[in-house]
Amino acid sequence: MPQSADKVLDHAPLFQQPEYKEMLENKKVKYECGHPDEMVKEIGDWTKSWEYREKNLAREALTVNPAKACQPLGAVFAAAGYEQTMSFVHGSQGCVAYYRSHLSRHFKEPSSCVSSSMTEDAAVFGGLVNMVDGLANTKALYDPKMIAVSTTCMAEVIGDDLSSFIAQAKQKGSVAEDFDVPFAHTPAFVGSHVDGYDNMQKGILSHFWEKAERTVDGSINIIPGFDGFAVANIREMKRLLAEMGVEHYTILGDVSDVYDTPSDGEFRMYAGGTKLEDAKAALNAKATLSLQEYNTPKTLEYCADKGQETAALHYPVGIQATDEFLMKISELTGKEVPESLRMERGRLVDAMADSQAWLHDKTYAIYGDPDFVYGMARFILEMGGQPKHCLATNGGKKWAKKMEELLASSPFGAGCQVWPQKDLWHMRSLLSTEPVDMLIGNSYGKYLERDTGTPLIRLMFPIFDRHHHHRFPTFGYQGALTVLVKILDTIFDKLDDDTIIPGETDYSYDLTR
Amino acid sequence: MAKDHVGGSEDYEALIEEVLAAYPAKSAKRRAKHLTVAKATEEEPDATTGIASKCDTQKSNIKSVPGVMTIRGCAYAGSKGVVWGPVKDMVHISHGPVGCGQYSWSQRRNYYIGKTGVDSFVTMQFTTDFQEKDIVFGGDKKLAKTIDEIQELFPLNNGVTIQSECPIGLIGDDIEAVAKQKNKEHGKTMVPVRCEGFRGVSQSLGHHIANDAVRDWVFDKEDSEAVKAYEPGQYDVNVIGDYNIGGDAWASRILLEEMGLNVVGNWSGDATLAEIERAPKAKLNLIHCYRSMNYICRHMEEKYGIEWMEYNFFGPSQIAASLRAIASKFDATIQENAEKVIAKYQPLVDEVIAKYRPRLEGKSVMLYVGGLRPRHVVTAYDDLGMVIAGTGYEFGHGDDYKRTGHYVKEGTLIYDDVTGYELEKFIEKIRPDLVGSGIKEKYPVQKMGIPFRQMHSWDYSGPYHGYDGFAIFARDMDMAINNPVWGLYDAPWKSAPEAIAAE
Repeated sequence: MPQSADKVLDHAPLFQQPEYKEMLENKKVKYECGHPDEMVKEIGDWTKSWEYREKNLAREALTVNPAKACQPLGAVFAAAGYEQTMSFVHGSQGCVAYYRSHLSRHFKEPSSCVSSSMTEDAAVFGGLVNMVDGLANTKALYDPKMIAVSTTCMAEVIGDDLSSFIAQAKQKGSVAEDFDVPFAHTPAFVGSHVDGYDNMQKGILSHFWEKAERTVDGSINIIPGFDGFAVANIREMKRLLAEMGVEHYTILGDVSDVYDTPSDGEFRMYAGGTKLEDAKAALNAKATLSLQEYNTPKTLEYCADKGQETAALHYPVGIQATDEFLMKISELTGKEVPESLRMERGRLVDAMADSQAWLHDKTYAIYGDPDFVYGMARFILEMGGQPKHCLATNGGKKWAKKMEELLASSPFGAGCQVWPQKDLWHMRSLLSTEPVDMLIGNSYGKYLERDTGTPLIRLMFPIFDRHHHHRFPTFGYQGALTVLVKILDTIFDKLDDDTIIPGETDYSYDLTR
Repeated sequence: MAKDHVGGSEDYEALIEEVLAAYPAKSAKRRAKHLTVAKATEEEPDATTGIASKCDTQKSNIKSVPGVMTIRGCAYAGSKGVVWGPVKDMVHISHGPVGCGQYSWSQRRNYYIGKTGVDSFVTMQFTTDFQEKDIVFGGDKKLAKTIDEIQELFPLNNGVTIQSECPIGLIGDDIEAVAKQKNKEHGKTMVPVRCEGFRGVSQSLGHHIANDAVRDWVFDKEDSEAVKAYEPGQYDVNVIGDYNIGGDAWASRILLEEMGLNVVGNWSGDATLAEIERAPKAKLNLIHCYRSMNYICRHMEEKYGIEWMEYNFFGPSQIAASLRAIASKFDATIQENAEKVIAKYQPLVDEVIAKYRPRLEGKSVMLYVGGLRPRHVVTAYDDLGMVIAGTGYEFGHGDDYKRTGHYVKEGTLIYDDVTGYELEKFIEKIRPDLVGSGIKEKYPVQKMGIPFRQMHSWDYSGPYHGYDGFAIFARDMDMAINNPVWGLYDAPWKSAPEAIAAE
């Protein structure tokens, strides 16, 4: 009997005990009717071949292990960044259970959001009653200052009209006429979570700005975009702005406190976020800067229509991207980049120079949201690494073109392939046929690590199986240092693993590297 | 952090009133039907637990109130997430937009042995990733092509299920026709499942629909090689409704096999299609999660004459009682074996209880989970000397609440389809020593300074079934409650002024 109270065995060691191994072997042989081991081996090897890769890349209908989620997730994330705001997703209720779980599993934090719980009758008659009752209940129970409405695909397919429904709910007294209920249609069958983020940002801004008069006040707006590291990245950005002496700015959608509340005995359903007054006043800003272009096309277009200057970056990680961020802020605010930040920059360059021998010519596969992949590839090029595969399931042709330009700008980008609209099963073929030293992505990448032996570095949402990484920034020079250390640790850990056999490989198991 | 401490059924009645007062009138009336306190009953106490109370005075299995933050999921979650997803040698297509499959990908910890992507597919996300044109023009062609591509790229799959997401039923697609056509072309089992998320009021209808799909699209296939190759024996049983979360089904199977039974099918954790096809030939169906799979057991009883019985492998009292009850359906040899198994594990049980009971005695627990757990795990807590203050089901029916009366005492707070607001208020007022619920509830509860265990996923631990699982369960509850972190919540300088004021 393997189990004991003295040393309780968890699932991992428990099922490796002989009793269980025998039991599972018996199950396999007697009851499972599986395929012969040789055949499984043969097919397994074939799935890693060039022949399989060609078939795999030729897929037209099937998606396997995509690296994207659906629009409402992005809308819920965007709305969470506003003061005391409750997301209300109109449609089937299971979706909301999924968004909440997904966000909680990544941030290890509460994620509050309600559904209008539409069922069969609403599918036939529309969900107006659900909206009317739902808004009243949400307001009564959760006391939000604002309710941000988005949609599941069910409500989109039956064509529920949010603008009209919300107006009718207000007429019926669900919430007061002047209560803020911005909305965005967020069909799951269009785009991905980054588009949902864009739509909700635009929905909230247009709610506040549409009937307002603009008086330019010289401040600037910054939109962070959907980002698993938003907690630390937004705080890091605020620190950089403080270093520069920039005071008049508004972060539109600031989730840094929402997804990082303290444990002190109180559950804070709402914490921090962009003040609604500030969101209103943000119309008067001179300019709006997006940190992730592919997260904000419609929102920036809207800002431009309102007369604001707009600019967009691609996830400011690394040297040049941070330089650009600071110079852009400097240009927009007239504040100079201070010496203290030049020192920070210098320290990061110093670290990269110290480690350059270990970084030079290392090869990488990178996947994730389009802006992230762009930013990360750019940083890899800066450290003399070679991106070999850059993949974004939710990246389009424009993104691919932009990636090609980036890669062409450096000799280290030669030979890198860009894969828009491909998934992680495609990536499996790519890594099997053209291996790389490291894979940069999210927790789903662990299956690629298992199948291809490529060490995984988790730098992208969602990260479920490692804790608290999102509490450390990836933005700015400080953030780049975190990223650099993660990469170096991966390199050194692999090297140690490869040289750890006593008397056989450990001559290279060096104390100093 | 001094909070009101509620205790006793009168307090609970008042607490329910207090919570309902926050709702608009129409919703308060609807929610009032779901909140109650276990009552006294004339019924005989349960033979194993010695308990009898009345827990089915409230409504259940009805629509959630909009806008209240229900914790429930949907029919898709019940079918793909619970019943079908764990069947390891079939490919389960999340048919529709990308999200449903993405959020449920690998989240239920249905353990299995197999080469993922080659002969097993549980921890993968297959989807038709619907785009606008698929909504406008229909998705049947895309589905057909998807199945063809699966056959080409994953040739060792033993079948395909089509798990419908919301749009499928709304745009009038004929997935049954596609399934029939592809079954002819590829000669493999194709199972269309109409589990669109808007159907029904919770996961529960999804379970039922998934059970019906087994009946309609898997059973009675005369050309099944697995069935032809199978010679039924007198000790053959199926385990129904064990999803092998963290290895639960394995920790259960080992006991059944030790007493001489053959588990020919385990539904559906670590299952193959063959295990489902052969099930109608077994002698007895042992059902653990009654809520999600009673439908197919009733069908097998009616059509094939297979008796079914419920059992409970949480905690040693129930395990021993269940082993004896199962053995009683067989001959003296099996009955003797059951006693031997119980005796064999008794020293482990004694050690575990000796070690952990003193650390957990008298601690109060609130549960809010799905399926069978709001009642089934209660006795595992009893075995450790812990007390249930409240329990409730996400998607239970009247029969679940009726059975709950055999597990919880009069005066226990009962909440059906609880809302985020209600649960938070109940926990805040009752301040139990432990809450067992899901990921969405975990962090709010922990912020309040109350220990928490996820009781859907076993909080990434497990197994919790069987004797081996009980040791892990006891260890986990102990470490949740007795970790020093809960004592660090108050900053010392914050409490200092009060102390001075008291002088």
